[in-house]
Amino acid sequence: MPDFVMPSLGADMDAGTLLEWLVKPGDAVHRGDVVAVVDTDKAAIEVECFDDGVVEQLIVEPGAKVPVGAPLARIGTGEGVAVPAPARVPVPVPAMAPAPAPAAGPLPAAGEPLVTSPLVRHLAADRGLDLHAVPASGPGGVVHRADLDRTASTTAGPPPAQAPAGPPPAQAAPPLPPAVRASPMARRLAAAEGLDLSGVEGTGPNGAISAEDVRRALLPAPHRPPRTPRPRPHRAARPRAAAAPPATSAADEKARAMRHAIAALMERSNREIPHYYLTSTIDLTALTAWLRARNRELPVEQRLVPAAALLVATARAAHDVGQLNGHWIDDEFRPADRVDLGLVVSLRRGGIMVPVVTDAANRSVEQLMAALRDLVERARLGRLRGSELGQPSITVSNLGDQGVESVLGVVYPPQVALVGFGAVVERPWAVDGLLGVRPVVTASLAADHRASDGAIGARLLTRIDRLLQNPEEL
Amino acid sequence: MNPDRARELIQLTLLDIVPDADLDGITGDADLRESLELDSLDFVTLVERLSRRADYRIDEEDYPQLRTMDSAVRFLAAHAA
Repeated sequence: MPDFVMPSLGADMDAGTLLEWLVKPGDAVHRGDVVAVVDTDKAAIEVECFDDGVVEQLIVEPGAKVPVGAPLARIGTGEGVAVPAPARVPVPVPAMAPAPAPAAGPLPAAGEPLVTSPLVRHLAADRGLDLHAVPASGPGGVVHRADLDRTASTTAGPPPAQAPAGPPPAQAAPPLPPAVRASPMARRLAAAEGLDLSGVEGTGPNGAISAEDVRRALLPAPHRPPRTPRPRPHRAARPRAAAAPPATSAADEKARAMRHAIAALMERSNREIPHYYLTSTIDLTALTAWLRARNRELPVEQRLVPAAALLVATARAAHDVGQLNGHWIDDEFRPADRVDLGLVVSLRRGGIMVPVVTDAANRSVEQLMAALRDLVERARLGRLRGSELGQPSITVSNLGDQGVESVLGVVYPPQVALVGFGAVVERPWAVDGLLGVRPVVTASLAADHRASDGAIGARLLTRIDRLLQNPEEL
Repeated sequence: MNPDRARELIQLTLLDIVPDADLDGITGDADLRESLELDSLDFVTLVERLSRRADYRIDEEDYPQLRTMDSAVRFLAAHAA
């Protein structure tokens, strides 16, 4: 059985940092199970394994940065389980990456970005622990789950038996402070805003605090609804600004890393790929009418936007014009056997992520709409999975929402084409010798001239146009 | 629905979508999509959640009424129970 390796989580990733193992030797795993959290330059990503089996050995320690393709764990039939603990195998690190600090390294100075897994952050938030105050045992100051347990026990109970070299005690965490019932979303929100949940009135089942309750508590006083007269001393005692600096510097760090990753990839694209560009204006009268009719029938939560249909049409067209769907590798074009559509998602704080809709040519507009909403929402929350950041076979950039009329994109190597859509706008349009006002969109293609010529590119745009004239067949 | 309640629902929903939005900094007649950089997916999310919270189905024909905070408050106050 192949090793579980560092996956490629996007075209701009060449190495990743293993943040946390979610399995241990002896655990049975199945294809699709989330087994680890990996940090790329863009976000912490939960990665799934691709085989069924038993974890025999964890090869890489949390905190280590390894190149894409490096083995992370051995997954087998279970006969060779290396119990009890992860073996301390020296980890190959690319020369350019700084070697991780030795285990039990110095604590990061307060205010420095802390690398922790989402799980540890959630646990810390649940227990009301400040991660900066938790002694970290991981390399480079990475806080592990066991560190939280130790900290909780020093604050809440008798001093823990010193656990010098051995593995951390496996007992359950010591008693926690009085439980506050709250949804996970509410906890995340409260943690992000530095709000003490014990001061928030819960309106959910059994008095549980919902995300909405947290938001209400966070609204500036004049906006707060008058129907909750109970005072909330905790909020006043903890101004939001106090919690801001560490988070901001970590976010800045991330933003810088993301900028570098994007810069490196785009630089490579412009250096290696001789681009050609085509544009075509497409009449969306039929699509707009069809969407309006569909949306009248559909429940509000399934309502469609034009982008979903534009994406389906692009995927079908890429399937039909296969010379643009694939990768340029070792000086030759290698067609992909299905259309995995990359979606350029812009993040609110700057930067982009490119999640993938797999086998997009075989999805209905409704299915693509659901996938689109889900992926975009989770991309913006930093909660994509590894399998959603694989290598697309073609990418779409839809900047129409930002109000621009056309997008002349940069191809993501090793892909060979990028389709762009501008805003749907009303324009004078001549049909059968008569002038009317119609909704139109400008579709563009940026393509790799090594892999295709303009005539092929034109075929793709024409095909997209044709498909959008019969939306009921999409 | 009274206008204060309508405004509260709209603000809650906008903060769902843009958690760090500075709603105080947006005037009543400013275009919400532009001011908050909402894309079409954000906008359908706004419509969906607002429909649910106000228990009133907002249709595509109603979208122009949600352009600004003032018009959205007026719309919701007039239609939602």
